[in-house]
Amino acid sequence: MHNFFHRFGFPPLRKTGRVQFLMSLARIICLAVASTAPAAELQCIEPFESATEAPATTLDRLVEDRLGKLGIAIGPVCSDAVFLRRARIDLTGTLPDADEVRAFLSDRHPTKRAARIDLLLESPEHADYMAMKWGDVLRIKAEFPINLWPNAVQAYYRWLHDAMASNLSHDQLARDLIASSGSNFRVPQVNFMRAVQGRAPSSLAAATALTFMGSRIERWPADRSTGMAKFFSRLSYKPTAEWKEEIVCLDPAPVGPLVAMLPDGRSGRVEDGRDPREVFANWLVAPGNPWFARATVNRLWSWMMGRGIVHEPDDLRPDNPPSNPQLLGFLEQEFVASGFDRRKLLRTILNSRTYQRSSIPRTPSSEAESLFAFYPVRRLEAEVLVDALCHLSDSGESYSSQAPEPYTFLPATQTAVNLGDGSISSSFLELFGRPPRDTGLESERNNGWSDGQSLHMLNSTHVQTKIRNGTRLRKVWEKNAGKPGGLVTGLYLAILSRPPTVSEATTTEEYLRPLSGRNMKSSFEDLAWALINSKEFLYRH
Amino acid sequence: MSRRQMIRQSALLGGALTIGAGGLSAAPAPAARAKAVIQIWLWGGPSHLDTFDPKPDAGRDYCGPFDQPVATSVDGIRINELLPTLAKHADKYSLIRSMTHGNTGHETAAYIVQTGREPDRLVYPSLGAIVSLFKGYDHGYKGLIPPYIVLTQPQGRFSEAGFLGLRYKPFATEGDPAKAVFAVEGVVAEGIPAQRQAERRELMHRLDALGRALPADPRFKQLERSESKAYEMILGDAGKLFDLTTEKQETRDRYGMNTFGQSCLMARRLVEQGVPYITINSKGWDTHKQHFETMRRRLPELDMGLSSLIDDLSQRGLLDSTILWCGGEFGRTPKIQWESPWNGGRGHYGNCFSALIAGGGFKGGRVLGSSDKTGSEVADRPVHPAEMLGAMSSLLGIDPDQALPNSRGIETTVMPPIPTGTLRLKELL
Repeated sequence: MHNFFHRFGFPPLRKTGRVQFLMSLARIICLAVASTAPAAELQCIEPFESATEAPATTLDRLVEDRLGKLGIAIGPVCSDAVFLRRARIDLTGTLPDADEVRAFLSDRHPTKRAARIDLLLESPEHADYMAMKWGDVLRIKAEFPINLWPNAVQAYYRWLHDAMASNLSHDQLARDLIASSGSNFRVPQVNFMRAVQGRAPSSLAAATALTFMGSRIERWPADRSTGMAKFFSRLSYKPTAEWKEEIVCLDPAPVGPLVAMLPDGRSGRVEDGRDPREVFANWLVAPGNPWFARATVNRLWSWMMGRGIVHEPDDLRPDNPPSNPQLLGFLEQEFVASGFDRRKLLRTILNSRTYQRSSIPRTPSSEAESLFAFYPVRRLEAEVLVDALCHLSDSGESYSSQAPEPYTFLPATQTAVNLGDGSISSSFLELFGRPPRDTGLESERNNGWSDGQSLHMLNSTHVQTKIRNGTRLRKVWEKNAGKPGGLVTGLYLAILSRPPTVSEATTTEEYLRPLSGRNMKSSFEDLAWALINSKEFLYRH
Repeated sequence: MSRRQMIRQSALLGGALTIGAGGLSAAPAPAARAKAVIQIWLWGGPSHLDTFDPKPDAGRDYCGPFDQPVATSVDGIRINELLPTLAKHADKYSLIRSMTHGNTGHETAAYIVQTGREPDRLVYPSLGAIVSLFKGYDHGYKGLIPPYIVLTQPQGRFSEAGFLGLRYKPFATEGDPAKAVFAVEGVVAEGIPAQRQAERRELMHRLDALGRALPADPRFKQLERSESKAYEMILGDAGKLFDLTTEKQETRDRYGMNTFGQSCLMARRLVEQGVPYITINSKGWDTHKQHFETMRRRLPELDMGLSSLIDDLSQRGLLDSTILWCGGEFGRTPKIQWESPWNGGRGHYGNCFSALIAGGGFKGGRVLGSSDKTGSEVADRPVHPAEMLGAMSSLLGIDPDQALPNSRGIETTVMPPIPTGTLRLKELL
């Protein structure tokens, strides 16, 4: 490790990873008993972990069986505060407020986590966030290279948002997107067939396979990919008198029956006059289809757990096996049995103790992450991060699109998660890896860290202004004027969604004491700045 | 740490993949003549007739009020009368009057001109991203300033890094170099003295509870490295580079005390610092309406900024190693739209337009290609943007025909292929 970092010109680490790891274990304050490691007492780390183990669900048994066989240890479940923040971010892309944290922590009800999951799944913010995630996959973007144009983008996004709010079943959603006909303004789902550069049948087939089968058509045998493309070979796009309106429909020219090939190798005969897309959609969403349910549960699992059971989550193929086939099979069955209910699937995942595990691994094994022995940390997505900064400061952002018409006027309350159009953006969103929505690939989103991001978070006028002028933070200041204890607790609850530990309180209260050259207000701003720049704030954990 | 672990960890960091040397060493690297590119991007599509390809004999419907082109320091080359200073330096640059791609959509044309690719299912990287890949942090670039910079705002019409991903995207400075303080986002912070920077940084480290609980996480390691580098920049001299008050006022005036002029001055300073690719994103050339009014305002700015930049680079001996490229995504309709609602405007035009190119191995004082009498079609020697970008790439020592390494497994070359045995823009080399 030392040598590696030296070679790349980085300063040597203070201590080796192992020593630091043991040091953190020394900060034990509670003991938990893990069910899979009988007789072993598990130490739990404040303030991230909880001593109370949750009961195992079917899902947990499938995960833990596999881990047990390989001798991979698991940690305790996360603390209530971590759970609340985690579930809120994963389901809604927002952070809990101070009051919400206080109420949740003082709630003694044993099923409060399950109740909170239900509440979050029904919240309007859940629909917002899911519309953003699916918007990436469905390539909702006005400009290059998708070129849906603004009016159609708004229609398409609103349709998707409604589908998320009403929890439209996933088979219906797929059928609507694949086989609809009509005006791109009036039947918004036809935009799926427009959100592809060039719109060649092969490109439409590739987009459909990626979106609903989690599969990259480039890797298929040629006869399969050309055979599938035939299902999309009879589309016609007709302009109207209205700017950028198009009618997407079956080409009316009589061309006789069509023989296409289904991805499973069977031939699909389409009679004259019938839209071949319907034949494909029927095949895709039929129970027993080997791709549809599998690709969807794997994708949703990866959104919640940071990694697909098949990795990458949209690269299903025979030579890329799932890390835990029983787990994937179980989720698939549940999803089909529920009538392709995405929310139900999320409920199953979030109620598992696998999801609720601490983010601190106990076995330093490469398989621990791929087999879900812990909840992996991930940087907040660009939109979620900037929305959180805006929320803390009660401030807005300026978003713009280069597309000239219609002019983009967005209110100050516009959140980034709700932008809808991938072409409406800001420097911040670009810097923090918002996907360009060019292809619909999951890997387009980049939640990695860069030097420019550090500069921005540590030293930009943008972040500094939010901290200095933020009304929510100012309220903490005004409410607790002159009382270091109240200020510290207020900031911790607002920014990290948890109260400070005893030692954190000591450190920070000391920093708040007036010092030469620094008054309490600047120290307060420094503390807010330090917490906003902490890994705990920047990452989901 | 084993090589495999390293690659895995890089992959976890989301695309921050260090690309192995294998793909690069395959083709022998041509000798690099140029070290840097300054791309002056006239966003919106400047009229070729009203800049570098005047048509005084085409009549009022084509040249409008601009029928007195100015002679330049090179016999036979004339440019718009509002570019008199630039005219004096014509020996240092060449004009391509036969650029063509035929597209009239801003976003698609901007893509074609900066990537050299016609649209297909993939989004290819711009030349800036390619330079950032081959001459940036993966290949020994040590500067604190990111290797691919945009002054001042991102273009936003397509993702410049294409399938190469976030790591190769340009760093947009934001701020305005013509203001009293050029507040480069993240680099030039107001009012936080070094002492307080140090104190709050220490506080941040002491409060790093999650970092202490996960000392070996590769994602956190990456963040810590970036933090160290950021502080080198924040506390070090990098900020001074953006402090234009250290220039003589006379110099600043010569470039023009406006955003464009000061961006040109800033670009010169960045080149001196070793930054390999700088884009000046100059907005406001999409002149459907009030075309001639806008030209009267913008051309003098362009004249001062661009000529001062060429002159300074030349006097400092930097023009030989710096490619300067000025142009937009297309030209504008040669025939003026006098009718309402345009009232003397020009529309988008991709069949024929111009570009100015200088330095880094390109000869000056030449005109390559020509347009017809009205500037409507290419008359001679059509140049597709791919050829121009390929020529720049060669001069930078990046073989345009070599494989373009990427983490997506896409097999392609740096630039689209050309007929074997030919040389890109050979007339200007």
